[in-house]
Amino acid sequence: MKQDQYLIEKNGNNYEVVIGLEVHAQVLSNSKLFSNSATKFGSEPNTQVSLVDAAFPGMLPVINEFCVRQAVKTGIGLKAKINKKSIFDRKNYFYADLPQGYQISQYKDPIVGEGSIVLDLPSGPKTIGIERLHLEQDAGKSIHDIDPSSTLVDLNRSGVALMEIVSKPDLRSPEEVNLYIKKLRSIMRYLGTCDGNMQEGSLRADVNVSVRKLGSDKFGTRCEIKNVNSIKFMQMAIEYEANRQVELLEEGGIIDQETRLFDTKKNQTRSMRSKEDAHDYRYFPDPDLLPLEFDDQFIEDIKREIPELPDQKKDRFIEKFKLSPYEATILVSDLETSKYFEKVIKNSDVKLSANWITGELFALLNEKNIEIDQSPISPENLSKLINLISDGTISGKIAKTLFVEMSNGDKDPKKIVEEKGLKQQSDPKELERIIDKVILDNPDNVQKYKSGKDKLFGFFVGQVMKASSGKANPKMVNDILKKKL
Amino acid sequence: MTDIINLTLTELVKKIKSKEISSTDITSNYIERSKSSKKLNTYIEETFDDALANSKKFDAKPDFQKKLPGIPIAVKDLYCTKNVKTTAGSKILENFVPSYESTVTQNLWNSGAILLGKLNCDEFAMGSSNETSHFGNVLSPIDNNLVPGGSSGGSASALAAKLTPATIGTDTGGSIRQPASFTGTVGLKPTYGSCSRYGIVAFASSLDQAGPMTRDVKDCALLLEVISSFDNKDSTSIDFKRPNYFSDLNKNIKGKKIGIPKEYRVEGMPAEIEKLWENGKEYLKNCGAEIIDISLPHTRYALPTYYIVAPAEASSNLARYDGVKYGFRVEGENLIDMYEKTRSQGFGDEVKRRIMIGTYVLSSGYYDAYYLKAQKVRKLIKNDFDEAFNKVDAILTPSTPSSAFKVGEKMDDPVSMYLNDIFTVPVNLAGLPGISIPAGLDENNYPLGLQLIGKPFDEQGILNIAYSMEEKINFKLNTSDWWIK
Repeated sequence: MKQDQYLIEKNGNNYEVVIGLEVHAQVLSNSKLFSNSATKFGSEPNTQVSLVDAAFPGMLPVINEFCVRQAVKTGIGLKAKINKKSIFDRKNYFYADLPQGYQISQYKDPIVGEGSIVLDLPSGPKTIGIERLHLEQDAGKSIHDIDPSSTLVDLNRSGVALMEIVSKPDLRSPEEVNLYIKKLRSIMRYLGTCDGNMQEGSLRADVNVSVRKLGSDKFGTRCEIKNVNSIKFMQMAIEYEANRQVELLEEGGIIDQETRLFDTKKNQTRSMRSKEDAHDYRYFPDPDLLPLEFDDQFIEDIKREIPELPDQKKDRFIEKFKLSPYEATILVSDLETSKYFEKVIKNSDVKLSANWITGELFALLNEKNIEIDQSPISPENLSKLINLISDGTISGKIAKTLFVEMSNGDKDPKKIVEEKGLKQQSDPKELERIIDKVILDNPDNVQKYKSGKDKLFGFFVGQVMKASSGKANPKMVNDILKKKL
Repeated sequence: MTDIINLTLTELVKKIKSKEISSTDITSNYIERSKSSKKLNTYIEETFDDALANSKKFDAKPDFQKKLPGIPIAVKDLYCTKNVKTTAGSKILENFVPSYESTVTQNLWNSGAILLGKLNCDEFAMGSSNETSHFGNVLSPIDNNLVPGGSSGGSASALAAKLTPATIGTDTGGSIRQPASFTGTVGLKPTYGSCSRYGIVAFASSLDQAGPMTRDVKDCALLLEVISSFDNKDSTSIDFKRPNYFSDLNKNIKGKKIGIPKEYRVEGMPAEIEKLWENGKEYLKNCGAEIIDISLPHTRYALPTYYIVAPAEASSNLARYDGVKYGFRVEGENLIDMYEKTRSQGFGDEVKRRIMIGTYVLSSGYYDAYYLKAQKVRKLIKNDFDEAFNKVDAILTPSTPSSAFKVGEKMDDPVSMYLNDIFTVPVNLAGLPGISIPAGLDENNYPLGLQLIGKPFDEQGILNIAYSMEEKINFKLNTSDWWIK
């Protein structure tokens, strides 16, 4: 048993959890998959709806080539097989927010085939297989809580392009799911194919969970938890569902293959429909659309647009900047973070920059609950701050005070130092004067120190720093104090 | 008045251009005759006032460069017409007014034509006698109590009764050619992809085609030239070089090889049809063409194949009529109840029958045996034609296995009704152009038609052959105006 393995123990039996994800990622595109309506989030209901989106009689879908490029780009980012011929099918079912009475999706012949994603686990890298990626339309939104007697329908989202990215059942723990989603999101953000914004529903997942006794090579019966829209909920749903299944098996029961819903308030999953009640979607090729075909040149052109992806960037950071794999992983996980980092280190020490970004800056962003591209401190000013430390102008302690100051309005640290006189005291004569006074004021402790209480050295340093309002150059204080005492 | 309504479309265009008659003259004559022909029940929506206003507008500022200068035309009510009620012959769309125009009708108006009104048709174009329309059955001007054929029955009847100088229908399995044959008129179904399907209420997307219905072949060529266009709003529209069908029309068919498929000599075919076909061959020989016996071995599978493919697509295409967004709605206890009530009351029996057949053949467990197999057979049927066209330039067959029947005669026997399309359906399955021209009369003096089938995109070829035959056949449509009081 590996150390970081996630297992569920019941009655002395250890169960392994097997997870596969179907992620629905909204394609970053100004217009919809088969119409030219806008896709802007948060617009007034039914203001981004064309006749095609609302399925008026005689309206026909026309593929948006940009969305096709985005799907291919994502496929390349997932090191996947790109299918030069794919087919759009109709998935037929009735629902109020599905105007056509069918969703245009890809069934047997998706645009992207097998690929993979590498997760950075504490125990080392783990490759998660990607089964496929296909393009499909999103549905509209049924709103049940505005009118007491009717359901209202907003079709703004109807027809928006989604990529359904299906993983192989290679995930084994809620933590791996966390890393998988983050990595997938990171890759798509690097590529600019999905903004990965889970609050706005740009990234959601159906989670397939099954359990099996440790050592078994057969998969257990899986349940599918539909439409979970945050990593935390995915993890909670998996934990609940896996434990439910283990308990059921230990009681001698059997798992029914079914679709379940995660109730975020009760923190539990409940049955939505059984396999017998499963919809018969009556998939068939959409006769309004020709097979989607492109040539090698199309793929090659897109390949040239692929930027440096997280894994490559991480390797480069480790090699070029001598960062630890841990630091590099953190710094590349988000495209904006990596950009910020690279801006700071243009003129500053790499190690210090990495520390300040992953330390103070992350804490600040966390506290304010904002993303790095909204950081109140610009990379230029953080770079200046780091340089003030490097050249001995200020102490690390002052730097922290300065950092707090800077977070209120992105001020130039050099100016704050000048205005507030925070410059480090490095004049030996001035320091000697302070130190002499500290020694004079504390004869008892001087006596004790001289009789062997070495630990009191810190007390003297502290007194000197206090007397200098923290501005004394700590290294020089150390040197002078040692001599004087 | 008699003079004007007896003129062909081509003659009208000529007389308008030479300023012998005005658009107002033509329009008012057709309006007057239409008004006195209510008994035939050809119109669902009359736009006479607008038509007259438009004709006056045309006369005030005539543009004789247009191909249909100031010509009034009534069209099948399957075409969406901006701000004019469009019902597809169904209760479910009984009050539907589109805010958009179909490409084909837009082409008509761009060529100077004026909308006279919307013509009755079988509900969603499903029928062969125009008896399934929610707006009542259409009578043929040929004889009292006779069906005009379907689904473009209103178009055929209006054309034969001289309520419009020409018209357009749609043809999914014979819906232009069969009614043309029944009413002694010319009807052409173009190659799939020639005319845009944008804005035509869909029945079976992979089979539906718009086409001209006219009094003679010359008119047919002119109208085809107007309506056939590449349209990027229809993904199945084909961008090919369209000839000038009208000016390129000629009778030089010397040496053309015409195939006679032995499989079209079906059991129980009336002797008069047999005779008609023989005559057709003679006419062709007289024109200098060569008659060649050919085989289309999979012909007998065409009808069953059609009655799987067409209902399958229809069941999905008609899912959008759910009472949620537009059209007819019956309130219900909940969403499902609303759907059930709306669709049960909104659709007629034949439409329901086809939705059920289509849903069945796409269901899991039956999909492979029906839909998938039908697709394979469809390919074989197409291959038969490809093979035949290696040897011949066109194929001659009867248009229908019988002449027009009485109202009500086949309504209780769907299979016998479906058999009407036995000679026309293979052409749709193979996506080929086909034209029906009047070729003789049966013992009751009911018209009978012959069909010419061409190679893909060779509308010009079959038009030329039809043009030559037309002269030899010298068919005269004699109606007594019995329906006018």
